[in-house]
Amino acid sequence: MKPVISISGLTKTYAGGFAALKKVDLEIQQGEIFALLGPNGAGKTTLINIVCGIVTPSSGTVVADGHDIVRDYRSARFKIGLVPQELTTDAFETVWATVTFSRGLFGRAPNPAHIEKVLRELSLWDKRKTRIMNLSGGMKRRVMIAKALSHEPEILFLDEPTAGVDVELRRDMWALVRRLREGGVTIILTTHYIDEAEEMADRIGIISKGELIVVEEKAKLMQKLGKRQLTLNLQEPMAALPPALADWPLALKANGNQLQYTFDAHAVAPGDKPQDIPSLLRRLGELQIGFKDLSTSQSSLEEIFVSLVTDRAEPASKGAA
Amino acid sequence: MSDVGFNRQGVWAIYRFEMARFVRTLLQSVVTPVITTSLYFVVFGSAIGSRMSRVGGVPYGAFIVPGLIMLSILTASISNASFGIYFPKFTGTIYELLSAPISFVEMILGYVGAAATKSISLGLIILATATAFVPVEIRHPFFMVAFLLLTTITFSLFGFVIGIWAKGFEQLQLIPMLVVTPLTFLGGAFYSIDMLPPRWRTVALFNPVVYLISGFRWSFYETADVGVGVSLAMTSGFLGLLLLVVGWMFKSGYRLKK
Repeated sequence: MKPVISISGLTKTYAGGFAALKKVDLEIQQGEIFALLGPNGAGKTTLINIVCGIVTPSSGTVVADGHDIVRDYRSARFKIGLVPQELTTDAFETVWATVTFSRGLFGRAPNPAHIEKVLRELSLWDKRKTRIMNLSGGMKRRVMIAKALSHEPEILFLDEPTAGVDVELRRDMWALVRRLREGGVTIILTTHYIDEAEEMADRIGIISKGELIVVEEKAKLMQKLGKRQLTLNLQEPMAALPPALADWPLALKANGNQLQYTFDAHAVAPGDKPQDIPSLLRRLGELQIGFKDLSTSQSSLEEIFVSLVTDRAEPASKGAA
Repeated sequence: MSDVGFNRQGVWAIYRFEMARFVRTLLQSVVTPVITTSLYFVVFGSAIGSRMSRVGGVPYGAFIVPGLIMLSILTASISNASFGIYFPKFTGTIYELLSAPISFVEMILGYVGAAATKSISLGLIILATATAFVPVEIRHPFFMVAFLLLTTITFSLFGFVIGIWAKGFEQLQLIPMLVVTPLTFLGGAFYSIDMLPPRWRTVALFNPVVYLISGFRWSFYETADVGVGVSLAMTSGFLGLLLLVVGWMFKSGYRLKK
């Protein structure tokens, strides 16, 4: 896959001196769904707004489908659609008028058939003659998506697209995003719902305090940074861990009734001794430690995200203290 | 749209959007100024005007027609264009304009073109209304149209600058109410500046609206306070200055981009 967006050394320092982005480098591959995660104020929206032309970068370059977003802004923006975070709509216009306006604004000739298709896909067709001020919040969110899709963009930015929407709309939007991707549209989304990124994204980027700290394929990220846990329900409670099990990072839980083993995909004990589950089970057998049943679990993307962002925040707070 | 070409569709979209708003608010945009101006004709033209002598050989009621049209179109041009660009800033929909493949020149063509169209329509409606109250004669229709165009475009551009500059609705009204309306009243809408004492006549020549009204009135009755060439040059100069200001605003992102 070739990069459809190349961001290089991008920085943004606002007039008050706040550094929203610090030398960000990122490549978005054509046709992928890329989820940009980060806490509030991390720089997600600033990054999107720079690529879309709403915020002026302090330094660095952004190339969208081969077009520099500053020098060749027309060609770059023509390819891009944006659904911003805020619900900002024209209150007095009808749904049809505002979506048609967006298509024209982006230089596309009128195409009522396409507008109809977009409105039908977003369940807005019946509301096409309704003034936007009379729509619910969820419907307004759909209108904003329809506006962004009106000019048939090849790259779509969704900034918190499901914030404040109900479960049904959320599911509809996930389905729409998948359909768009199947049609060749590259999608970059920011979200606070980590499960949304886990469900949809091909790759994940985590941004914290203006710095991109991780960019990885979702599966690899979860494999590399995710923790797995094996829990054994013991037949007899244990008072303490026997020294023969010291090679494994084990913990006794539930008053000695549970033996918990936390590990990652590449865990190797000191001295290169394997820490895999079969070895542990064999050792337990040798020690005649019986168990009634066992279960395994894997940490979610949310746990990985929290762990990464907290790890970054802690040294800074310690330094400040 | 070609990769680097003129965004004709974008200009047309803005123009149509703004004109749709005009149609939606006809009562406020057309009916109100027409009624207000008609009252001026009734009071100053028919009631008081009939007791006044001719000004520059023109009956007073007819003399004030160009000035009153100017007063209406200046106010309408500024308010239409300033509201047109300020409202997206206020509601947040400006994001769409800023992220669209449209240059500032094209944006101005759309907004200022629509504002000027509305003002010209209003000016022509007021002119037609005036004929019901006072005798009106247009000796130089070409120049009348030229002044109408130049004035509406210039002041729509001025309104566009105000709309970008304004941080709130109060600021949006500040310049039209406190600057433009007084300048129009003092710019010879109801009198010839030749009627002023010499010192005040000199002061009045610093008022740009004097040149607009004088030139516009000349196209009606061939009577002017200043030469028609000077009027055209001053108005064109103001237009050029505004183009420079708008160009700088867009290039720097002044109050549009962070």
